[in-house]
Amino acid sequence: MDRPSAIRVRDLVVGFGDQVVLDHLSLDVRRGEILGLVGASGGGKSVLMRTIIGLIHRRSGSIEVMGSTIGDAQDRATQSAATRWGILFQQGALFSSLTVRQNIQFPLRENLVLSPSLMDEIAIAKLEMVGLTPEDGDKFPAELSGGMTKRVALARALALDPAIVFLDEPTSGLDPIAAGDFDALIKTLQKTLGLTVFMVTHDLASLNNVCDRVAALADGKIVAIGPMRQLLQSEHPWVRAYFHGKRSQMLQPQAS
Amino acid sequence: MSEPVLTAVPSGHQLELRPGGAWVAANVASLEHLAAEVAPELDRSSSVRVDMAEVRELDTLGAWLLEKLSRRAASQGHQAEIVGIAENYSGLMEEVRQVNRHNPAPKVAVNPAVARLGDLGRGTLGARDDAAAFLQMLGGLFMACLNVLRRPRSLRLTSLVYQLYRVGWQAIPIIVLITFLIGAIIAQQGFFHFRRFGAESYTVDMVGILVLRELGVLIVAIMVAGRSGSAYTAELGSMMMREEIDALSTMGLNPVEVLILPRVAALVIALPILTFIGSMAALYGGGLVAQLYGDMSPPIYLARLHEAISVTHFKVGILKAPFMALVIGIVACSEGLRVQGSAESLGKQTTSSVVKSIFLVIVLDGLFAVFFASIGM
Repeated sequence: MDRPSAIRVRDLVVGFGDQVVLDHLSLDVRRGEILGLVGASGGGKSVLMRTIIGLIHRRSGSIEVMGSTIGDAQDRATQSAATRWGILFQQGALFSSLTVRQNIQFPLRENLVLSPSLMDEIAIAKLEMVGLTPEDGDKFPAELSGGMTKRVALARALALDPAIVFLDEPTSGLDPIAAGDFDALIKTLQKTLGLTVFMVTHDLASLNNVCDRVAALADGKIVAIGPMRQLLQSEHPWVRAYFHGKRSQMLQPQAS
Repeated sequence: MSEPVLTAVPSGHQLELRPGGAWVAANVASLEHLAAEVAPELDRSSSVRVDMAEVRELDTLGAWLLEKLSRRAASQGHQAEIVGIAENYSGLMEEVRQVNRHNPAPKVAVNPAVARLGDLGRGTLGARDDAAAFLQMLGGLFMACLNVLRRPRSLRLTSLVYQLYRVGWQAIPIIVLITFLIGAIIAQQGFFHFRRFGAESYTVDMVGILVLRELGVLIVAIMVAGRSGSAYTAELGSMMMREEIDALSTMGLNPVEVLILPRVAALVIALPILTFIGSMAALYGGGLVAQLYGDMSPPIYLARLHEAISVTHFKVGILKAPFMALVIGIVACSEGLRVQGSAESLGKQTTSSVVKSIFLVIVLDGLFAVFFASIGM
């Protein structure tokens, strides 16, 4: 690859107390790809994501996002990088005292100087791009359904047109139709905006349909990385168990 | 990142716009300025061509500004076209063309006087709802008590003891400190002002009666409303937000019995005890000031106190405590159950819980004063 990676993680060690969660982990995310990260529940997927965005302190190792080194969340380098990424938290993490429109405008208001009318237009544009209507802009987060919350959170994550978006289980808690729509939305937005997407997910269908590459996290390391086809052939016991378990059978075409 | 530019090339009635550089959100201030600058020229020309060949970087914001320029021309019946879109931005331009097409209906403005009247009406109805919620909670608690009397084993003893520890035992240091200071301050004021009439010894009467009848219980009740009432509201409110209370109900358990009865009962037990401890601390504070500031030795203070107060004064104070505890507990719990989904609502209900319970405690104190006066206590 001649182009530099969007995210470059080297020898990352993260632990809490005696427990080591990530053990000398290295990972590269290429620019413009959708990378899916799978791993056991409690296996450190969210820890990896939160370490990359600077929310969790690391013991050693280096992290680079779009060429700049990341420290802690209060660090200046991390803060300036923060305008280049958007994060979709698992529960949406919308500010409950602000309306949907104000939620989307929040990053714009804090980082840029622009007129209120333009800010409204941009917020509505983002809302429509994630498949909602301008009328939804006046609702409060408590009035939204699960799927709408995720869409609004995505619109907020995209408010500043970041180069990278981090998605923490974007389709969890959605019905298959809504999850499929959300997958399609991520794919479309990734194409139109040229995003790099780092996605933590358990949804085998999303992995199959959306992700360019899949990384498997086990025992604190990335044990396999590559296109879905390649992972299905992996010999690692955990990866085999993950993709060839009973629930994964629906991925394989069934003989009728 | 290159600076954005926007060159306007007029030729006859046609205007050609040549945006260039980085049309991204980071440059929004200059972008908005550029777009506003060409607007008058745009309105004069009968056809507009936007040539995007020079655009180096583009994001949603920049794309929308360009789209807005061409839409402005189109809305005046002029011809508008956008050409020279780089391949990697064509999807974005296409997307932006779809957005902001229909404007939401403007909100109907309401006459401010009518809005004020509406607020007043809603406030009145709200007061009625408050009273209903209070009575409902009182009834619920009564039923839960009956249930416990019928089946003593259904009492949540562990929870009750834990709540007693929290609202009673842990509150003792701060209650003692505050009432001690209040007692000392009253005594100091008494000595200072009564000295002019040579009636210093009556300070002890004032301190004794005031503390035992009114101040002890009132100060303690207000402290407990602020300390424990607010905690109850916040706890129950966040349980409400996380659907824990719904989970309890679906398991066939009555939330009033499981969560609210132990809390309110703990308050009803703890408040008289705290009132007693608080009153003693206040009398001690008064005694200390009497010795240090009023030159009255402890035996004399005690003797004066013995003459001035009777068990009746003590009873008047301590009898009020359980009722105040009941009011604080009911208000705190029913406000907690009214919390809705947002963090703001939790804060609002907690505030209103403390304000309402302090208000009701003082009203109740007034009613008791009338009652005790009429029965001659």
